[in-house]
Order: sequence, then structure tokens, then C-alpha cells
Amino acid sequence: MTVSDPRTDIPKGARPEEQITTDPSKPAQRMRSGSLVLTLAPWVIASVVLAILPMVFTNNSALTIMNQMSITIVFALAYNMLLGQGGMLSFGHAVYAGVGGFACMHIMNMSDFFSTIPLVILPVFGGLFGMGLAMIVGAFSTRNAGTVFAMISLGVGELIAACSVIIVAFFGGEEGVSGDRTYAQPFFGVEFLQQIEVYYLTAGWVVVSAALMYLWSRTPVGRMANAVRDNPERAEFLGYSSRWVRFYSFVASGFFAGVSGGLFAINYEILTEENLNTASSGIILLVTFLGGVGFFFGPIIGAIAFTLLQTVLSLSTELWAFYAGILFLSTVMFFPGGLAGLLMMHVPVFKLGKASSLIKPYLMTLLPAAIGLMGLAALVEMTFHYRHGATGDNEMTVFWTTFDSHTLMPWLVAGAITLIGLGIAKVTAPALREAWSEATTAGGAS
Amino acid sequence: MDLILVNLIDGLVTGLLLFMLSAGLTLIFSMMGVLNFAHASFYMLGAYFAYQISIALGFWMGLLIAPLVVGVLGAGVERYGLRRVHQYGHVPELIFTFGLALLIEELVQFIWGKNQLPYSVPDALNFTAFAISGNSIPAYKIFMIFISISIFIGLLYVLTKTRVGMIIQAALSYPRTVEALGHNVPLIFMGVFGVGTALAGVAGVIAGPVLGTFPGMAFVLGSIVFVTIVIGGLGSLWGALIASLLIGWITTFAKSYNIEMENILTGLGISKPESLDDSIFRDFWSLTSPQIADILPYILMVLILIFRPAGLFGKRSS
Amino acid sequence: MKNIAKYGAVSALSLVIGASAAFAENIKIAFIDPLSGPFASTGTNGLHQFEFAADYMVNDKGGLLDGQQMEVLAFDNKISPKESLIQLQVAIDQGARYVVQGNSSGVANALTEAIDKHNRRNPDSRVLFLNYAAVDPALTNDKCNFWHFRFDANSDIKMDALTDVIVQDDSIKKVYIIGQDYSFGKAVSAAANEMLGAKGDGIEVVGDELHPIGKVKDFTPYARKVVSSGADAVITGNWGADMLGIGKAIIDNGFEGPIYTYYAAGSGITAAFGESGKDKIRLISQGSINPIATEEARETYNAFLEKYPDGNIDQSRIFNTIGMLAQAITEAGSATDVVAVASKLEGMEYDSMWGGKLFMRPQDHQIIQDMHVGVHTNDNLDFDYDQSGFGVVTESTVEMASMDSPTTCEMKRPE
Repeated sequence: MTVSDPRTDIPKGARPEEQITTDPSKPAQRMRSGSLVLTLAPWVIASVVLAILPMVFTNNSALTIMNQMSITIVFALAYNMLLGQGGMLSFGHAVYAGVGGFACMHIMNMSDFFSTIPLVILPVFGGLFGMGLAMIVGAFSTRNAGTVFAMISLGVGELIAACSVIIVAFFGGEEGVSGDRTYAQPFFGVEFLQQIEVYYLTAGWVVVSAALMYLWSRTPVGRMANAVRDNPERAEFLGYSSRWVRFYSFVASGFFAGVSGGLFAINYEILTEENLNTASSGIILLVTFLGGVGFFFGPIIGAIAFTLLQTVLSLSTELWAFYAGILFLSTVMFFPGGLAGLLMMHVPVFKLGKASSLIKPYLMTLLPAAIGLMGLAALVEMTFHYRHGATGDNEMTVFWTTFDSHTLMPWLVAGAITLIGLGIAKVTAPALREAWSEATTAGGAS
Repeated sequence: MDLILVNLIDGLVTGLLLFMLSAGLTLIFSMMGVLNFAHASFYMLGAYFAYQISIALGFWMGLLIAPLVVGVLGAGVERYGLRRVHQYGHVPELIFTFGLALLIEELVQFIWGKNQLPYSVPDALNFTAFAISGNSIPAYKIFMIFISISIFIGLLYVLTKTRVGMIIQAALSYPRTVEALGHNVPLIFMGVFGVGTALAGVAGVIAGPVLGTFPGMAFVLGSIVFVTIVIGGLGSLWGALIASLLIGWITTFAKSYNIEMENILTGLGISKPESLDDSIFRDFWSLTSPQIADILPYILMVLILIFRPAGLFGKRSS
Repeated sequence: MKNIAKYGAVSALSLVIGASAAFAENIKIAFIDPLSGPFASTGTNGLHQFEFAADYMVNDKGGLLDGQQMEVLAFDNKISPKESLIQLQVAIDQGARYVVQGNSSGVANALTEAIDKHNRRNPDSRVLFLNYAAVDPALTNDKCNFWHFRFDANSDIKMDALTDVIVQDDSIKKVYIIGQDYSFGKAVSAAANEMLGAKGDGIEVVGDELHPIGKVKDFTPYARKVVSSGADAVITGNWGADMLGIGKAIIDNGFEGPIYTYYAAGSGITAAFGESGKDKIRLISQGSINPIATEEARETYNAFLEKYPDGNIDQSRIFNTIGMLAQAITEAGSATDVVAVASKLEGMEYDSMWGGKLFMRPQDHQIIQDMHVGVHTNDNLDFDYDQSGFGVVTESTVEMASMDSPTTCEMKRPE
């Protein structure tokens, strides 16, 4: 589609969904050169942190939540192979993870075969099944990019999700398929009875799949995916079939989505219709975008942030989805690079050695702003409680403070906090802006 | 035979309702290149606003005012949200509307609670217009048909016969030229977005009493609207109409007649396995058309995209 | 950088989780049901009833054992099996030893298996699963386990009672069965066919079909078929928006007969049916609200309304759940030894304030109780639903329904 729109200058021929362009000035997107130590450092640190985390958070629920994060991380990274690196927008990616997971559950239930393989390699089967499905669907869906690809992915996603309640033999209907992971061959004596053992299995897979996906993005096919995303015509002229490049990305992404499905099967020992439905597909899109599609590690941040929102914030407030919605909207509107983009904005500042000059303006603006936002959230919670709380049940607790929501005082306090917090932030914002432009400019007095 | 007539009328109602949503969506898409995921949310807002207004002023004022409010809201979203996101490209725009849809659903629950609202058909229309062999056709359905058709005719008239319509059509194809001629193209975009969402609002006002007014009503309808405009061809008003009616009738007839997969398969000369219990295809053999009626449009869409990516009436592919 | 983010995020996480671990002593009941999303209204109403029942029946009367209070912890599972399992883990870590859940048999299936595995793998922190509304028969048959107790009649028992009533009505000769296309809808259809066949003298099933669950926008075409089939009565197991949709469509399109169903009261549905459903909707339920069974029940209901003026007690079994659990804990003399509590629950006989006697069948942990078939009306009401002026009035009662129904459960008890 040739969009002709005066508000943006889009080169003729470029398709709208393919406009996440690589910016050569951003270091994360450039081919990483330099010493091996520098390349390996983040991986080593990440692995060590993953190994230490369970010693800090010993209870099972923290482990379960971290496992959930890990699964989402693998899935979001796989999704970003399409969206960020290949410029393909998919509305039905959950089906590849789901089908991989269902295949793993069926393997778990084939007791003869399952007892001969160690549990740790089960996600490979999930990956293979996810990849197989991606090959079938990719055969016709990757012929086009842009809207056609997006809508086919939506249609196929809906179809497979609908099949999940109809084709009971494979998908188990609404109850799903369940099994028991402990029937696998013990892996060096470990039977995976406890959460902690599963945590290390999952963490290991996260590191391995993230590394593989990173390496994939450095291969010629991975680089060509970027080229096809940015300018398919030029890629064709160079002799690459943009269709096949898209196909390879799609299949690889299907594989890792399937791996995440396999990890899901190991963790929860049950797969249901929700692993396939469009809501899951939509969520992974939001997760990836929240983290930032322009950076390899963006989806990791997105997955962590979203899992916290969904699982931990929902323990504290019924309105978690409301806050999540606001967070997404403000991310899209103000930080289209996502959380990762926000972090990476600071790299030049560090390079210029001016990071310290930002600390004070940050404190002056962000701290009052955060307090103001907390006041605003308190007002929202109080309104909700006032409207929907039980009669006589006037007490409520917000931010560790318990009070009566039917008296005037808390409203005045929360309102005042909001106004003062945001007011100070508004006053100090110009100073921050100035400090920022100062810090990002090379040279000059610091 | 009588049932066919009844089904034709029911399918028409479903189709026309779908058309009111897809007409706005397809206009917005062809002009701005935005697939507006929040479109069905504006439909939901229409129903909720109309309910709130109908408590105070009655159904008819709701029908009049609610779409206007929705339209103004839509225009505001374009002006202060989408226009800002537009500079980042189409994927962020799409995700913006996606997030907006989530947020609107949460807001609606925040304000009106989570239960289904008792928003019902006005007394003036709460009677049976006529009956065909025991199946009654409520007067309200006739009213829905009437409203949808008048909107279609009005839209067609505005787009093809008036000066505003001409400018809009021109802005669709040559926005830069139109801007050079001194028209305020961003204003036109805002207007189109407002009118498109207002149409969705009308659909919500009149569908709320029959299909139910509850926080999930946007989600239920969400993706089927996209399917409609993709089948019809993105940007084509006639395509949207034909596709809406097609979907309305296909789903209605598939639900009304029990066509069994077993009959189709044996008709094709495939013999039924002796014992279905342990065959992995057992669920496939026992499929009936009402079971899959609501996913038929998706099958149709995938087939059309594979063989005719431009859709039935679209001129451009993708 | 990502490590820093991760570290910060996880410490926030442990803060939130650890925050509520401070209170000891209380008997913690984890309520795991949807509190956000499309089914939130049902979940929230259930939570209110649980909180009220725990306070009114136990805490206000001085607690249990040596004054221990019952505390209902709410967990939002967003009706997702995955989230339910995460929240189960959080609940166990927070010290809950009793889990209550009811919405969606899919979630119940996931929970009962997970709890069975958890109890096998972690004998120190075993939990009981008190299922107050998930009615899939499999839960007390093939998938039964020692830790699961069902306080609601399963769908076969309900259908048994419904068909008893249907065969007594001489005006019903043709029945149309319609339901949602998933395990529960299929179970309803199978049970209805089988039981009508066994009991019905000449009752004909003129239609039997399934529609996609939660996806149908307009039920008119289905309603047309019902009307044209000449059916005298409709049986459906639909719930939520699907119930309202099918019910309204059938009535609006000229159907005059009764609609026999499971879930068509409360959560806004009674209000939405209003006048149009009068004398047409017939529901199976346990516990009689109209006429109210006992004076104690009337006082309880009035106290509930004082607290939640726009609430309903549409799940009186929640009060039975709390009452029976309290009795079992008292008899066992411990709230932490769940095996002892479970052994007391098995075979327990309990007099419900909502009328009748309750019996927890030991062989499958299925409760046996009186079942009532009521009609949606605005006449002779003690208590209406949804402040709509409409409610459900009991028409007929089946005492100790399905007392001797068979079960395939092979209960394995811990040594």
C-alpha cells in the first residue's frame, strides 16, 4: 500500500508496517565489534544473576513468578524476531507457543517414550512442533508483509484457537491437557519435584535460547531480515528473495515460541485454550512493545515489567489492568522506543561522562512527579472504593495507610499530594530539559 | 421455506449492524492507514452512553446524543493521541489503538461496574411487527434495518455528491495536492475519525438493547470487524457493505441448518472409519455447521488473503 | 542494565508478597477466582459472600478453636488456569491451607491436579480444595482426589432433578437442548438425553446442539430453530452473557414455553431478563431463598443486604462451605492439620440454614442435598435479585437428590 500522507515523509514503496528502521547511530543495533570480553560480559553477568536470584528469593511463589517471567522472556524474544528484526506484525503468535506446549504435554503422557528422555530436552520437541506449524503457515503467509501478513496471522490465530475447544483429541477441550513432569528420566538424579529445580531448568533455557536468538540476529539471514524490513525492493535487487528471508525468520521465531511453550508445559504441567487464544497473542505484542522493539534486550525488560504488573500488582489492586493500559498508552505516546529505548537514551550521556550532571535535575523532577502520580493513583483507588466498596466498609488501605474513604480528609491529603507533586515536577521540568540537552551535547562546559 | 425468509431478515440485521462498524473503520483505514483496534470500543461506549442518557431523557435522546458524544471523543483521540503517535510510524499507531481498547474496557468497568446493564428496547418499539409461521420478527429489528440503510444512503450521498465528500475522496488519494490547494488535511482526518467513531457509536446505541450491554461487548465484536473490511477490500465502502451482508448471511444460515461434516465427507466419497472413538479425527467427523458458524468468516478471510490479497472490492493489495 | 532492572523488580516483588505474611494465627482461606475481566462480576459477588459468611458465621461469634479468625484472601486468577496456578503458589506461601474456587471447571481441573501434585511433593504445606461452584462431574469421578470437596451439586445431579420435574409436567412432550461447545455443555446435553430417555414416557428430544462458547454475538438463528422445532421446553446449561443472549433471543422470537437452566440468576442477569423472562425461566438451585427457609437465613440475608445493598446471596452454598469447614476444624481440633480436617469433612452431616440437611459423600466428596427448581418471577418474593423486583421462587423440591448415584471415583487416602 502506498500511503500518501502529508504528516510523514514516507519514501514511496516502503510499507507502513516496515518502518521500524535501523538507526546506525544507535550502538545496540550496530554490529558489535571490539573485544570478546565486552561481548560476553552481559551474558556472564546475566547468568550469574540468574544463578544467585533463588538464594535471595527463596519462597516458592517468587520462584514461580520468576519462572513465569523467564517463559515470557523467551516468548517475547521470539516474537521480536518477527516484529523488531523482521518488521512483521503478527496477531496470532500464541498458537506456535501453544502448539509446541501441547505437543510437549502429549509427549509427557506417552509414558514409555517420556521415561527414556531427560526432562531438560523436552522444550526442543516443543520448538520442533512450533517450527513445523510455522513452516506450514509461513508457506502462504510470508508471501506478503504488512497488512496482509498481519491479517492472515489474525485469521490463522483465531482458527486454531477456535479449534482448541472443538478438536478435543489434541487440545483437550476447555480443560486442556495435563501431565506429570516427574515421570521423565531423572537428570543426574534430579527428578524436578521442587520449584527450585524447575527454576534452574527454565533459567538455563532462557540463557541458551536468548544466546541462540542473539546469534541468529548476527547471521547473514538475521541481517537480511533487517534489510528486508527496511527496504524489501533493495534487498531484492541485491539478489535476496525477501519472501524467503521472511520465511526463515518466521520459522525460527516459531521454533523459539515453541520452546517457550515447552517451558510452560514443564512449569505448569497443563496447557489449555488460553495458551492459544488471541488475548495471549495480543499480550505478547504489548509486552514486546513495552520493552522496546528496537533493541535485542527490549523484550526482556518488557516481559519482566509485564509479569510484575499482571501477577504482583493484581495482588494489591483490582485495577491493575487499568494501570497497565495507561502505562502502555503513555509508552506508545511518549517513548516509542519502549523501556529499553528509554534506558539506551542514556548511553551517549555516559559516553560523554556527563551522567552525574543529570542526577540532581532527575531527582528534582522525577521524585515529585512519582509522588504526585502516587497521589493520583490514591485518588483513583479512593474513587473506586467509594463507588464500589461495601456499605459500612469505609476503611481502605492505600500505600500502607489505612483510612476512612467516606471522610473529607484523605481526599484533601491525596489531592494536595497530587497537586504539589505534579506542580513541583512541572516547575522543575524546564531545568531537566535544559540539563538533558546539555548532557547530550558533546563538548562545552560540563 | 418460511424459515429461509426469516433467516434472510435476521442475516440482514446482523450484516447491516456489522456494516455500520466496518464503514467507519474502512474510511479511517483508507484515509489514514490506521487499523483502529479501538473501533469496537467506541461501539461499546455508544451503548453505555446511550444507557446513561436513556435513564434521564429516554431512548430517543440517547440515540441522538450518544453518537455525538462518541464522535467528539473519537475526534479528541485523533487530535491528542493518534496525531502524536503518527510520527513514529504505523506499528506504534496500531499498538496505541490496541492499548486504547484495553483502557476503554477498564474505564467502562470503573464507571459502570462489571455487570450487564438493563438497557432495553424502548416501549414504543417493543412489539412484534409480524410473524412468519410462529417466528416473530420484533419491530425493533425493522427499526434497526431502517436506521442502517438510511445511514448507508446518507454516507454515500455525502461522499459522492457533496463538496465535503469530494474533498475527502481527494484527500484519500492525493493528500499533498489537497493540502497544497489550501485545505486543512489534518482537520479532515480528525473529522473522518470523529464521524467513523460516531457511526460505531450509533451501532452501539441500537445494538446494546438486543445484543447486551456489558464490558465484554467490544471484545466479542472486535476482530470480526477487521475480517469484514479485509474481505471487502480495505478502503472500499461497497466492499464493506457486501462483506458485512455476506458474513451476516453465512453465519445465520450456518447456525440455522445443521450441516454435518459426516455428510459432506461421505458425499465426497470418503468412507467413515469403523470406530471413531480412538481416531484422532473423531472430532473432525462430528463437526456441525452451528459449531463453526462464527469462525467461518476467518476461514473466508484467510482464503481471500491467499488468493486475492486486495479483498473482494479492493483496488490495492495490502 | 537489564540485571539492575531485574533485581529492582524482583525486590519489589518480594516486598509485596512478604507484606501480608506478617499476620500469623488466622485461618487463611484463599479465594482464587476472576476479579477482573469479563467474568469479574461473578467472582466479585462470590468474594463478597465469602467474606461476609466468614465474618458473620465465624469471626463475629468469637472465631474457632481458641479464638482464631477466618481470613479470606482474594486472588485474581483472571479466569486463567495459568494465573490460578501462580496465585495458588502465592497463596500457599502466604500460609493459606484452604483454597476456594468455583468459576470455570477448566480452572478447577487445573487446580485439583496441581493441589494433588503439590500435596504429594510437599507434605509440609498441604492444602484442601473446597470447590463451591465448578460442576464438571469428572471432578468427583475419574479426576477425584482426597483433597477436593465439592459443595455444589454436580451437573448430573442438577440434571437429574431438572428432568424429574420435567417428566412430571404433562404439557412437555418435546424438548430442545442447547449448550456451549465445551466439556460442561456436552455433559449437560449427554445427561439430559440419557435421563429423559430413562425417565420420560414419550418425551422427544427435538433438537440437541452446541454453539461456540463466548463467541456468539447474536443468538437469533438458534432461537429460530428452537421455535420452528415446535419444542415445548428448552434445556440449557449456558452461563454468563451466553445465558442472557440465548434466553432473550428465544423469548423475543416468540417462544412461549419454559426454559430450564442452571445459571440465570444474579450478577445482573435477573435484572436484564426482567419482565420478559417472567414465568418462563426455571432454575435449578440448592437452598431456598423464596420462600426463605429459616428465620436465621432471613436475618443473615438482611445483614448481608445491609453491607452490600446491591448484592445478592445467589450462592447460598458459600455459607454452607464456610459452615461445614468451621465445623470440621472444630471437630478436628486443628486448622493446620488438613488431613484431619478432611477426614472430618468426609461423611459430615450438616443442617443448613437455607433448608434441609447436607451430606458430604465420603466415597467421592460430592455433597448431597435438596435441590429446588424455581421460577423467575416478581410475585411472592422475600428477596429479589439485582434490586430488580424479580427473583426466584421455589416451585418444586427434590429431596437429597441423587443420593445413590454411582461414582467411578477411587479415592486414595493418605496413610
